Amino acid sequence: MESATVALGHAHEEHHGPPEAHQSSRIDRQTLGILLFIVSEVMLFGAFFAAYFFLRVVVDPPTWPPEPYELPVAVAGINTAILVSSSFTIHYALESIRHGNRAGLRLGLVLTLLLGATFLFIQVNEYAHIGFAARDLAFGSIFYGLTGLHGAHVFVGLALLSFATIRAFRGHFGPEAKDHLGVEVPGIYWHFVDVMWIIVYVSVYIL
Amino acid sequence: MHNPLRSEADAFRWVVVIGAGAVAVIALTLLTRPVFGAILAAALIGFGIGVTYRNSRGSLPRTVEVTRGGDGKHRLLVVANETVGGGELLNEIGERCRDRDCEVLVVTPALAGSRAAHWASEIDEAMELARQRMELSLIAIRELGLKGRGEIGDSDPNVAIEDALRTFPADEIVISTHPPERSRWLERGVVEQAREQIDLPITHVVVDLSAEHTVS
Repeated sequence: MESATVALGHAHEEHHGPPEAHQSSRIDRQTLGILLFIVSEVMLFGAFFAAYFFLRVVVDPPTWPPEPYELPVAVAGINTAILVSSSFTIHYALESIRHGNRAGLRLGLVLTLLLGATFLFIQVNEYAHIGFAARDLAFGSIFYGLTGLHGAHVFVGLALLSFATIRAFRGHFGPEAKDHLGVEVPGIYWHFVDVMWIIVYVSVYIL
Repeated sequence: MHNPLRSEADAFRWVVVIGAGAVAVIALTLLTRPVFGAILAAALIGFGIGVTYRNSRGSLPRTVEVTRGGDGKHRLLVVANETVGGGELLNEIGERCRDRDCEVLVVTPALAGSRAAHWASEIDEAMELARQRMELSLIAIRELGLKGRGEIGDSDPNVAIEDALRTFPADEIVISTHPPERSRWLERGVVEQAREQIDLPITHVVVDLSAEHTVS
């Protein structure tokens, strides 16, 4: 937790500046950081979900989505399968580097990038053909707000994975846990993005 | 209680479990009505929270990585807080280092005043008190003719030991506590836990400060 060291003869030196760093071996700082970030993200998504379910409860007449709008359930379902598949590929990448398989790491990362990019492409295509805009009723606003928020997270995740992929091709990362945090941390974030999409898909398109 | 989400592998497990639950909800919704899917989703969420809470209780068995020295020097890791300047402890250190080229690291966990203070990292005062006690102890160790240095450690003594062992290749450990009737560390099983986790000789020294003050 504490890095302050007092050696004999230096015990009475004045300490200036901010307090000593507070850290512990219980969890490494990078992983703790992404977990805390995810906690804040859960709250952000929670606010959007609260607005979504509020609108669904108070909407009059109680048909959802309001007529004449329809949601492309099947296309979004395929998109969900694509995104969930990317969780398997990033896990494969991590498992590979844990066993010292750098080729597997690169393959897993590239596949994850491709699947994530495909998901985003299909979502943008869906927006282009869905037949309503964010300004069309509260339904349109919350639909674009929720799915757009998630899409932004996919974009950020892809950016993080791009950095990891570039580093992987440059020979970075190793089997030791401390040597592949650069993949582990984006991997945790990517799984979070996947879980959030599963919840968005079930809530918005299915229920 | 331990964190159920410590790694990518844990997060992946969550994706698989939540994905399986979602498939069940989607199937039920498409086969029946959305309300049944919503009921199943609510039930699964409640069940998931319960299982997560249950599984995250307790602590995972683990061992502590120990750095090895190998230069012939005898290294003694001393872990103590309020008893760090106790006579019994200094006697034990002197005994352990007798006729040896000995290096002593004194780790003094900074104890937060309350759980809230611990979680808020409001331990500046505790760190200062620990530092003062440690400095006095180091002076006493020097008077024994030994080389010593000190660190303020994690408020959890077992974590403080683990942290210290990452950089200090100790040959043995001395843990100093108050007598059993007054020791929170003994109540929490600090010594037993250290013996389970660390593959090093561990000596437990009981320091009765009130008795020492009465004698002096």
